[in-house]
Amino acid sequence: MRIELLNKYFKMDQLPHIWCPGCGNGIALGAAVEAIDNSTMDKDKICIVSGIGCSSRASGYLNFDSLHTTHGRAIAFATGIKLANPELNVIVITGDGDCTAIGGNHLIHGCRRNIDINVLVFNNNIYGMTGGQYSPTTPRNARTSTSRQGTVERQFDICKLSENAGATYVARGTVFHYKHLIGLIEGAFKNKGFSIVEILTPCPIQFGRRNKTPEPADMMRLLKNSTSFSDDGKTKIGVFRDEKEPEFVSEYIKLLSNEGDISV
Amino acid sequence: MAKRVSLSGNEAVAQAMRQINPDVVAAFPITPSTEIPQYFSQFVANGQVTTEFVPVESEHSAMSACIGAAAAGGRVMTATSANGLALMWEMLYIAASSRLPITLAAVNRALSGPINIHNDHSDTMGARDSGWIQLYGENAQEAYDNFIMAVKIGEHPDVQLPVMDCFDGFITSHAVENLEMLEDEEVKAFVGENRVAPYALIGQEPVSMGPLDLPPYYFEHKRQQAEAMKNAKRVILEVAAEFEKLTGRKYGLFEEYRMEDAEAAIVILNSSAGTAKAVVDSLRAEGKKVGLIKIRVFRPFPAEELAEALSKVKAVAVMDKADSFSAAGGPVFTEVRSAMYGRADGKIVVSYIYGLGGRDVTTNQIEKVYNDLFSAIETGKYEVYNYVGVRE
Repeated sequence: MRIELLNKYFKMDQLPHIWCPGCGNGIALGAAVEAIDNSTMDKDKICIVSGIGCSSRASGYLNFDSLHTTHGRAIAFATGIKLANPELNVIVITGDGDCTAIGGNHLIHGCRRNIDINVLVFNNNIYGMTGGQYSPTTPRNARTSTSRQGTVERQFDICKLSENAGATYVARGTVFHYKHLIGLIEGAFKNKGFSIVEILTPCPIQFGRRNKTPEPADMMRLLKNSTSFSDDGKTKIGVFRDEKEPEFVSEYIKLLSNEGDISV
Repeated sequence: MAKRVSLSGNEAVAQAMRQINPDVVAAFPITPSTEIPQYFSQFVANGQVTTEFVPVESEHSAMSACIGAAAAGGRVMTATSANGLALMWEMLYIAASSRLPITLAAVNRALSGPINIHNDHSDTMGARDSGWIQLYGENAQEAYDNFIMAVKIGEHPDVQLPVMDCFDGFITSHAVENLEMLEDEEVKAFVGENRVAPYALIGQEPVSMGPLDLPPYYFEHKRQQAEAMKNAKRVILEVAAEFEKLTGRKYGLFEEYRMEDAEAAIVILNSSAGTAKAVVDSLRAEGKKVGLIKIRVFRPFPAEELAEALSKVKAVAVMDKADSFSAAGGPVFTEVRSAMYGRADGKIVVSYIYGLGGRDVTTNQIEKVYNDLFSAIETGKYEVYNYVGVRE
C-alpha cells in the first residue's frame, strides 16, 4: 500500500494493529484502501461494517464512519444502513467464520436480494482470534485446535455459494496477487448490487503452524502455487460473475414512489 | 484419592467434562470460554473420552444441538460466554421448558455493546429467568466442583432442568490455581449413569417434544417447571452433602464468611468474594463487625435462607457486577431486598454496581462500601443505588 494512504485513510492513533506477524489481513486491508482511493466514491459517503473476528478489527483502524457489530451479523446491519441511507457506499469487512458459519444465513439472503453492498471476506480458513478452531472453509483433513486428527467436515466454496445465491459480482483473489486483488475490489465497488470478494489470506500462527506451513513465506508461496487464473484444477482466482440485475434498494424506492409495476 | 493439580478454571472444567465423559458436546468458540471445548477436543482426539464432539456454526446451533442430543437421551454439555449465551437465548428457554438437563459452563463476560471481552455478570444475569439452575463459583476449585455437581442436580428426577456453572472470565477461567481433582473413577461413580428421562426420544413409543401447547395445558407445564425449580433447592443441598462426603468440601446455597455478630454485610458473587474476604479480615482485625455472603445458588433463589442469614445485621450492601438498567438497583440487589421484605425488615439495604467490563475491583473499593454502610448506620443517611470504581 502506498504510504500516503496510511495517513489519509487510517486512524493512526489506533495503530499498530493487533494482527499477528505473517497475517495477511494487513495486505487485504491495504488492497481495499487502494481500491477505495482509486474509486470515484465520495469518501465521506463510505460506511465500513464489520462483524467479529480478526478481519473485523479492520473497521476500527479505518478513518470512515464505521459500525463494529456482532458475530455474523455484519451483512444484516449493512442491509439496515443501506435501506436507511441508500446514498452510502457500504463496505462489509468480514471473515470466513463470521460470514459463512454464524452469519451464513445473512450472506445468502444478502446475495438473494442483490442489495448494493460490498462484502470483502478475509478467508484465512480458520477462526484465528479465538485460537484456531476449524471454520466452514477449513480444508478437509486440515488440523485445527478442534480437529486435531484432521477436519472431517467439507468446506464451503464461498464464490460458488454466493453466485448460486444470487450475488451479481463474485470474485476471488489472494493477498499474494496484490495488484490483481485491488482490481477485483474496484470491480466490486463498480457493481450496483451485491458484490463479494473472497480474499485468500494466510494465518501462519493458527493454521500454518498446525499444517506444516509455519512460515509466512511458506504460506504466501502456497497461495501462489495453489491458485491459478485459469481452469487447471487449482483454486481459480478472478471474476466469476459480473452482471446487472435489479437491485433491492432501487427496486424498493421505485415501489414506494409508485413507479413500479406493482399496483398499490 | 483426590490429587493436587495446578489448572486454569477452563482447564479444570474441561477435565471435569473428560471425567464425566458425556455423550455429546456441541460448542462454538467465544472468548473466554473457548478453551473448554478446545481442551476437550484434545481429549476426544486422544481417545480419552467416547464423546461425540461437534463444533457447530453458532451458539444458537450449539444449544440447539445440545437440546437435540439431550432429547435423544444423551448426557450433554457445552460452554459459552457473553454474546454466545445471548445468541443461545431462545434455546435456553426451550432446553429448560423441555426439561432437558444440559450442563453449560458459563464463563462470565460482559455482554456487548460496546464489545468487551472482560469479566462481569451481565451475560448470565440476563439469563436468570430462562429456567436454568445457576451455580456461581469463586475460583477454579468451585468451578470444577460445581460442574460435577451440576450433572447430578440437573438429572435428578425431581428436577430435570439444565444447569449453568458460572465463573468469572479470565480471573477464574485463565488464571492457574491449585485445586484438588477427583480421580476419574470417583467422578464417574458420583455422577452415575445418565438418568434418561422417560420422555426421551429413544424409541419405546413415539413421543413428540416441544409441540404447540395452547391455553388448556401451557400454564400447567409452566407450573411444573416452577415446581422443579423449587425442588432443585433441596436436591442441590442433597448433592452437596454427598459431595462433601466424597471430598470434604462443603457447599451450601451460599457461603457465610464471618457473619456471626456482623453489623455490616456485603452480598456478592464469584471471584470478587475472594477480594472481599480479605477486606473482611482486615476490618475485623480493626474490631469492625463486618461479614460477607457469597451466593452460590442464584437460581433457585434462596430467599428464605438469605433473609435468615441477614436477619441480624444492621446494613447490607448487595454488590452487582451487572447493571439491570431498571433504574432501581442491580439484579441481585432487587432480589435480596425483596427476599428480606417481611422476613428481615428494618435493615438498610443498598445496591452497589461494580467492576463492569472487567474494571478492576480493589480492596479499597470494597472497604469504602463497608465504610459507607457504617456511616449509614450512624447517620441514617444513605443512597440506595450506588456505583463504585467508576468515573462520574
